[in-house]
This record gives sequence, C-alpha cells and structure tokens, in this order.
Amino acid sequence: MTEAWIDDVLAYSGIAAVDLYLGATQLRHNDPANIDYPGEFKFGGGHVIEKLIRGEELQLFALSYGTDEYPLKELRTKFTIDDLNQATMVNPRNCYQNYNVAVNTSNKTIYTYLGKLKPNMGNMTYSSAGQLSPLLNDPVYRTIGIGSSVWLAGAQGHVYSEGTQHTSAVVRTANQVPAEGAGTLALTGNMKEMDGDFVRGVSFKGYGVSIALGVGIPIPILDEDILLKTTVRDRDIRAQVIDYSIDYPMETGKVLATVNYETLKSGIVNILGRDIETASLSSYSMALKIAEILKAQIRDGNFLLNKPYQPLPPNQSMKAMKAGK
Amino acid sequence: METRKLLLTFVKNVVERPIVYNLVKEFDLVINIYRASISEEEEGYMVLDITGPTKMIDAGINFIVSQGVTIDNAQKSFRWDESVCTSCSNCLTHCPVNALHIEDRKTMKIVFDQNICIDCMGCIPNCPFGACGSIFQD
Ligand code: SF4
Ligand code: SF4
Repeated sequence: MTEAWIDDVLAYSGIAAVDLYLGATQLRHNDPANIDYPGEFKFGGGHVIEKLIRGEELQLFALSYGTDEYPLKELRTKFTIDDLNQATMVNPRNCYQNYNVAVNTSNKTIYTYLGKLKPNMGNMTYSSAGQLSPLLNDPVYRTIGIGSSVWLAGAQGHVYSEGTQHTSAVVRTANQVPAEGAGTLALTGNMKEMDGDFVRGVSFKGYGVSIALGVGIPIPILDEDILLKTTVRDRDIRAQVIDYSIDYPMETGKVLATVNYETLKSGIVNILGRDIETASLSSYSMALKIAEILKAQIRDGNFLLNKPYQPLPPNQSMKAMKAGK
Repeated sequence: METRKLLLTFVKNVVERPIVYNLVKEFDLVINIYRASISEEEEGYMVLDITGPTKMIDAGINFIVSQGVTIDNAQKSFRWDESVCTSCSNCLTHCPVNALHIEDRKTMKIVFDQNICIDCMGCIPNCPFGACGSIFQD
C-alpha cells in the first residue's frame, strides 16, 4: 500500500507492504478544518481507533503501484478488529506530569486543545487527575520506568519509552512534586484487549480531533519514601496558569499564577483578583473508576506488577524546535 | 377553545402511523406544525400546536400517547447522553444555568437537571465526547 484511508482518515503506509499507522489527530479526508472558523472536527483518527476497539466495521481504501508479488493496485473493503492479525496501540505521549492550566486574557474567544477559552479570563481549563495522576504519585520515577506494566484502556500494556517532551529536570516543590509540566510516558498495548469505554475519539471545536485514553499504573510500595509520595493530595500539586491567547503561542514562558488542584477542582479559582470558573478535559471520575478496576485486578491476581528494566531519564530538559530563518 | 403547544418525539416504528391525520379527522382539532423531522431510520420529532375544545385536546393527546408517541413535557430539544458522558466537566463553564453540574466534588461526576436547562445549546459544541446534542440538530 502506498496510500491508505480507514473510514476516510489517512493512515501512514510507509512502513511495510501491508502495515499501517493511524494517527489519533489525523483529520478525515475533506474535513474543512478551520476554513470556516471555528471548525467542528467531528471525526478523525481518534474516532476510527475507538470504532475499531468497539468492534465496529470500518472501511479500508488503499492504493498501490503494484509489484510482481503484490499485483493489486486498488483495494476497497470492510473489516473489523477481528480481521486483523495485530492491532497495537503505540502512543508516544501520555500521563503528562502536571500539565499547565489555560486561560485567555485577550478580548476574543479562542479555541484550544484545552477547550474553548472565553475572553477576559471567562473560564479556566486543565487536564489532569491531580492526586490520582500516576506520575504525580511517583514524582521522581522510582517505580515507573521503561518496561513497567500499565493498565491501558483495559489491556495490560507497558511503558516502552520515556514519552515525547519528557522533562525531568524541572523545579520541584515539597516531596519532589514538579511545579511545572514534567515527565511523560510512551505507552503501548494490544488494542484487541481494550475496552472502547476507555478509548474515546474527541472533537475540539476550532482546534482538531484527538483521543482520550484511560490509563492506570500500579505503584508497588517498596519503602517508606515511595509510600509517602503516593500520599500526595490535590492541595500539594501546584500547576502553572498560562495565558493561551499570547504567552503560549508566542512562547514567552510567562506564568500568570500558580494554583493547586484542590482549588481547581472546587470549581472556582481566584487569580489576579478575579474569580474564574474552572473545568477539566480529563475525567477524574473515570480515573477513580480505573483505580478501582486496577485494584481489583491486582487483588485477584489478574494483573502482575513488574520491575522496569530501565529508569526514565532523570535529568532531562526540553528544547523547542529551532525557528526558521 | 384552547391552544396547546407540544413537542412530540417518535420512535422508529411509530413514524409510519397517520397521527396528525387522526388528530384532525377523529378529534376535529386544528393543527399547526412548526418544525418536524421524521424519517424511518431514526427517532423523529414534531413541534406543533393544537387548537380545539379542551376535552378534545385531552382526548387527542391520550390517543397520541396510546400510539407510542412521547410528549416531551419539558418541551426541550436538548439531550444529554449519560452513557456517552465521561464526566470530564468541560461543558460546565458553558452552561449558563448550571443544568450540567457537579453534585459531589469527591467523585467529580457530572449530573444533568432537565428542569433547569434552558435549551440554549451552549454546551453542545463544548462537549468533546459528543454526549450533548439536540433533536433539532443532526
Ligand atoms: S442546553 Fe444550555 S442550559 Fe441546557 S445543559 Fe446545555 S448549556 Fe445548560
Ligand atoms: S463535556 Fe460532555 S463528556 Fe464532558 S462532562 Fe460535559 S457532557 Fe460529559
């Protein structure tokens, strides 16, 4: 295959003769994107992945130039996940440790991956389970490392690498909780074992499509220090509030304020003398549910913990792509 | 004489029955349809008013209900699908009346109160998961 589309979403075919990568943020062919701003982005790669995992039928359309041993030049067929030999999720960035919080100080509405941000700091959005977020319970990666087993949307997957943008050399507060965006994980798992309720295609108006995943990571309590760090509470986690109208796109690095998760989850945050309503993009109630499922699986012996074979890089900083001339 | 506004919703197999025809013919009611979407594949709706003597209106409504049509007493088109909702909470700051809200901040679960909802559709484009919709939009 030289070009291929699944449910009209372009997949990458430059791997091997009949293998494909499908990206979660890939738009559907002919999606008008933001031409009629703000676009709706109703369907894309994330939705295809959700359909696949739910066992729904998908359409494959593929083109090729034809060779002696692969003469077929065009294929249009229907398939489900059961028709595939392998369906593996390979996800290069998950579980962002203390991602920032978004507001908009400009006088016009903006559309971001943290949702629609109303003008003049009319709302504030965040995306983390806070005290239930795996890397905030193991802040310096003592038990979570490369090779660790993870509960990935119902499948037993594992960490295959540090995630993209993994930044461990950051400012840390009490108990080494990062004071800014820090570690990330690259996760993989067998999609045939996943549950569609925890793999959800998402549409962000004016921004694009993506995927929301349920992840649970067990932390073995091997000593007092590990135990202490898992007792982290929302009030101990402070996130940076960033202005997505100017400081984020211009990469000024400016932080408007910091706010802890207890306050964020209360629904109202006061910064710069203003009360601002908050909302989350990730689901705390799903995180709770996953914690319970994983706990039961471990108790029943259905989920075994293992030792990572390599730690995550401990002292790594992040650099931005060089600007063009 | 009285005029009553109704929002009716139809399930698939009810669509083919001649309901409006019977309201006129059997109950002698005057019907004014403002908006309707009826197809065989999916749920349909009809927004209408009916005029006639109170007794006949009541009898007509009883008849409609006996045919499997649902009368949406709230007269709202907004639909929240709890099974699709992940309780992310992104809709909250876009609901002007807190019809979508959190009752228990320990679980952060989202609940919806139809009585408060003003059918403004503000939450619909702000639900990334597609749990919010209106029967007036496809
Ligand atoms: S339609 Fe309007 S009032 Fe009703 S839940 Fe949505 S935002 Fe709230
Ligand atoms: S935005 Fe949608 S999925 Fe999220 S809480 Fe609101 S209704 Fe539920």
